[in-house]
Amino acid sequence: MGNYFQPEIECASREEIRAIQNERLVKQVKHVYDNVPMYRERMDEMGIKPEDIKSVDDLHKLPFTTKDDLRDQYPYGLLAKPLEECVRIQSTSGTTGRRVVAFYTQHDIDLWDECCARAIVAVGGTKEDVVHVSYGYGLFTGGSGLNGGSHKVGSLTLPMSSGNTDRQIQFMTDLGSTILCCTPSYAAYLAESINERGLRDQIHLKAGIFGAEAWTEEMRHDIEDKLGIKAYDIYGLTEISGPGVSFECEAQTGMHVNEDHFIPEVINPVTGEVLPDGEKGELVFTSISKEAFPLLRYRTRDICILSHEKCPCGRTHVKMTKPLGRSDDMLIVKGVNVFPSQIETVLLNKGYAANYQIIVTRVNNSDNLEVQVEMTPEMFSDNVSDITAKEKELVAALKAMLGIYADVKLVAPKTITRSEGKAVRVIDKRNLYQN
Amino acid sequence: MGVKQISIFVENKVGNLAAVAKIISEAGVSLASISLADTKDFGVLRLIVDDAYNAANALRDNDYIFAITPVIAVETDDAPGSLYKILTLFEENNINLEYLYDVSSGKKSNNAVLVFKVDNIDKVEELLKSNGVKLLNQEDI
Repeated sequence: MGNYFQPEIECASREEIRAIQNERLVKQVKHVYDNVPMYRERMDEMGIKPEDIKSVDDLHKLPFTTKDDLRDQYPYGLLAKPLEECVRIQSTSGTTGRRVVAFYTQHDIDLWDECCARAIVAVGGTKEDVVHVSYGYGLFTGGSGLNGGSHKVGSLTLPMSSGNTDRQIQFMTDLGSTILCCTPSYAAYLAESINERGLRDQIHLKAGIFGAEAWTEEMRHDIEDKLGIKAYDIYGLTEISGPGVSFECEAQTGMHVNEDHFIPEVINPVTGEVLPDGEKGELVFTSISKEAFPLLRYRTRDICILSHEKCPCGRTHVKMTKPLGRSDDMLIVKGVNVFPSQIETVLLNKGYAANYQIIVTRVNNSDNLEVQVEMTPEMFSDNVSDITAKEKELVAALKAMLGIYADVKLVAPKTITRSEGKAVRVIDKRNLYQN
Repeated sequence: MGVKQISIFVENKVGNLAAVAKIISEAGVSLASISLADTKDFGVLRLIVDDAYNAANALRDNDYIFAITPVIAVETDDAPGSLYKILTLFEENNINLEYLYDVSSGKKSNNAVLVFKVDNIDKVEELLKSNGVKLLNQEDI
């Protein structure tokens, strides 16, 4: 049997979980109907009253929420609590330059931290551990989520944030970090650097919790071998709370969804029809205990499979596979969400033609984003330094929009590949999705 | 006056210069000078030709991005100090030189031919002329 942070919930019987979900869903639907005009209007249009939702069996009657809704309702439209009761925001990039801002009450932060604490305990974390958090801190949910989880466990927390590899390794050796939390690509990079410096025998890591981007089993084995640890996956999204919506246990065969807070469904992305266990489709979440920013049936665009098969770890919560793909064109580069439309917006704002191609590669386990842009007569100058100055300006504008560095490459007109008249916008050479 | 220079955007890829040369030659245009300023990914190819109009049409037909820029061509003694003299004139008169290159085979001269790109071309031509520097026309190169 494994280690649990909240065994009475994590190992509750299916009937108990169902009872918690029924009670919380009914309450949540009423809360949302009373406080969020968008949901009230939609439910009224569909002729659904909060009283019609009596249990999880009625979940499919509720309207979906999409990323477009979040954009349209920015910033306060989906807020279900008075602002004075909120204590935090987190944010993530959205399409066409509008960010998603999620609000949290103290209750929401606490339940999020508990979810992350479950993930830390599941990989063997205790208050004796030193949890090294190298996710970015700030608006990104990675840093604060695992930071909060580690506090709940009572571990010594190192709020390293990302970057500055020398300092990361120094703290790891000097303070004896035992659990590393970061993106898998940064973990691979750190592993590489530690081995290059011959410091492998001076680190004390035993486990890692790596999420916020897609990674393969090969990458898992590579990190495990290089650091001598067990590497675990974690899943989450700002819209629902952050990392810890689901997490991997010692079985390493999928991530347990924290079902007492988030009800997952898998749907056919075209028809919206709910699919049974074992079928591949778009993952949808309903937050049933959050107060400030509770979303009903939020379409994640991640393609997944759910499984209620009994897990050897003793947890009873449903497991989801790693995302097997996306039902939209979002890319995750260096742990950051990137939409081609954001890049297009920057190009058009800067007076370029919307003729571009995005090429994503992973070299030495580190993502690289290249944006190829076709040269235009307006852009061109006989003076090379004028062109490179404009190129730099574009790099800066892309950085401001995306939050990450993109390499700009100017190419000759009409050279960007077009297939059947439609330009191929994205070439992802990373092969992240295995199925 | 001045001389017309054609600047062409070329990607740093094998065969790209040859492709430009082919288009120019098929248009029946003769090259008087060629110079390349390059970066990691792309270059700007600068040509002075005997028939800029025909060259431009041929490039446009083949979807090249290019610009026609007036530059100054001068003939100087092929002797020590001649470039220095001109650059000193520029400096004393606060003239910003964007770039320069030499044309090794001045057709009608045994002297060196230099090409300058400056901001205020008329003013600079006046200055050079009044200091006894010989300016060249398109057909002189």
